[in-house]
Amino acid sequence: MRSSGIPYLLPMLVLSGLFFVLPLVLLILFSFTRDGAVSLQNYAAFFEDPFNVKVLTATARLGLETVAGTTLLGLPVALLYWHSGPKTRQVLVFLSLVPMLTSNVVRTFAWIVILGRQGPISQTLMALGATGAPFSLLFTEFGLVLTMTQIDLPLIILPLVAVLSGTRRDLSDAAATAGAGPWRIFVTILLPLMVPGLLAGWILVFASTSASFVTQAVIGGARNVYVPQLIYREVGILFDWPLASAIAVILLVLTGGTLLALASLARHPRFARYV
Amino acid sequence: MFKRIRQTLPVALYNLVVHGFGWLAMAFLVAPIAIALIMSLTAGQTLRFPPQGLSLRWYAALLDPVRSATEQTAALNSLEIAVLAVFGSFLIAAPAAIGITRLRRRRALVVEPMLLAPLVLPSLVYGLAALVVANAIGLRPSFWLTVIGHIVVFGPLMYRATAAIAQNLDPSLAEASATMGASAFTTLRRVILPLLVPGIMAGGFLVFIESLDNVSVSLFLADPKTTVLPLRMFALIEESLDVRVAAMSGVLIAVTLAGLVLGRRVLMVSRSQS
Repeated sequence: MRSSGIPYLLPMLVLSGLFFVLPLVLLILFSFTRDGAVSLQNYAAFFEDPFNVKVLTATARLGLETVAGTTLLGLPVALLYWHSGPKTRQVLVFLSLVPMLTSNVVRTFAWIVILGRQGPISQTLMALGATGAPFSLLFTEFGLVLTMTQIDLPLIILPLVAVLSGTRRDLSDAAATAGAGPWRIFVTILLPLMVPGLLAGWILVFASTSASFVTQAVIGGARNVYVPQLIYREVGILFDWPLASAIAVILLVLTGGTLLALASLARHPRFARYV
Repeated sequence: MFKRIRQTLPVALYNLVVHGFGWLAMAFLVAPIAIALIMSLTAGQTLRFPPQGLSLRWYAALLDPVRSATEQTAALNSLEIAVLAVFGSFLIAAPAAIGITRLRRRRALVVEPMLLAPLVLPSLVYGLAALVVANAIGLRPSFWLTVIGHIVVFGPLMYRATAAIAQNLDPSLAEASATMGASAFTTLRRVILPLLVPGIMAGGFLVFIESLDNVSVSLFLADPKTTVLPLRMFALIEESLDVRVAAMSGVLIAVTLAGLVLGRRVLMVSRSQS
């Protein structure tokens, strides 16, 4: 009975071996070839062009800014969840799932309406007299960070909530009885508790932001270019597939590198004892 | 007096951050969905918000067989791909979820990350990799290539939801069935599969939604004939900011909401166990 699991697993393992692992390995190999010969030329060509390097740093910056934005908004929501009863907790989770499961293109579209000249932000500031003429936040980095923060917020809320929902509230009640104020409880008990959730959330947010092709193209516009658009341009317009593969590998390394950096941050002595 | 302020001020500030900022952040999270819904009901020609007058004209425009022919084809393509992706994911992931419970723990810890790996990789990178390989073996982008791509990338969602249930099944149920003389196949069909239904439903919903929304895999694997809905919306947004995009958004939001409300209990259960 025990060893009979393999036949059940076989179809999925074969499929992901054939259609997932193999393509990835070949992509990486392909990125090291030029005109049929092994070479580093694709990578050299990428880093020689200062524009590409600018795009790469812009992509990393966008990811980090969105991580900061989602953390800033996600932590208060997590605390709200912690202090709420079961009914409100359900409402909070439901309200986080609705946007997360709504199409990315739809959410991006909503932000075109919000950030545009005739949108609520511009109209409200006009009505308040804060600005004389209607203005648009579309095609700005700020507008894009705002959009990405909203789109990725559930990715940090849900892991935080998952950590907190498995924790008994007596923990902070006991600290309060012992005379600790709410900030002290937050810093010494709740924040350390949430570190694994934060870490998971940061990784998801960074990976999602740095690869969000549609949102970057639509809200960022032509002046703010990020790595996914570079890949698409090489494949669809310039037909330089080896170079596109190299850029894709660079995007992978960027995401993977950030993941490792965040993980090692969490292993820092100040956090490590909590993880 | 001074001491009392020093004691109450931090508490008040904390409550402000938690209840004020917390709910504000939730409003920030949900507002765009509401705005897209309201926008879809505009009577006007532009994306001016708030809209001047309400109407269903943009939903009617979507039903127009001439004007919205491309959009309707795209929607049908996306629906077919999503349904096939759900079915394909079920065929590979449900057995895998049962199989993993029959492995020794050490082995399961090695196999499981292999099954879940596609969830971690940016799907844009995967789309490109699949295109490069397909091209190398002489396959052109097509409808079926897109379906396979979606099964590979979203199958793990089905696996995760189903495995969460399978791992908590009481092994004595299967044993009881076997003792009463049921064959292994009958036990699977009459005992185990019915118990996995909540996980399969939750997984199916997630695969359906993600497939319907996917751009980065379809971008590389779909041929020009197989336009998918999100790519068509993307094109409409880039070209003309057609207000029909608002109505299409309205339909997609309705699909998500309906699925969530109907499947809320199922989804919550599988989430809390994963």
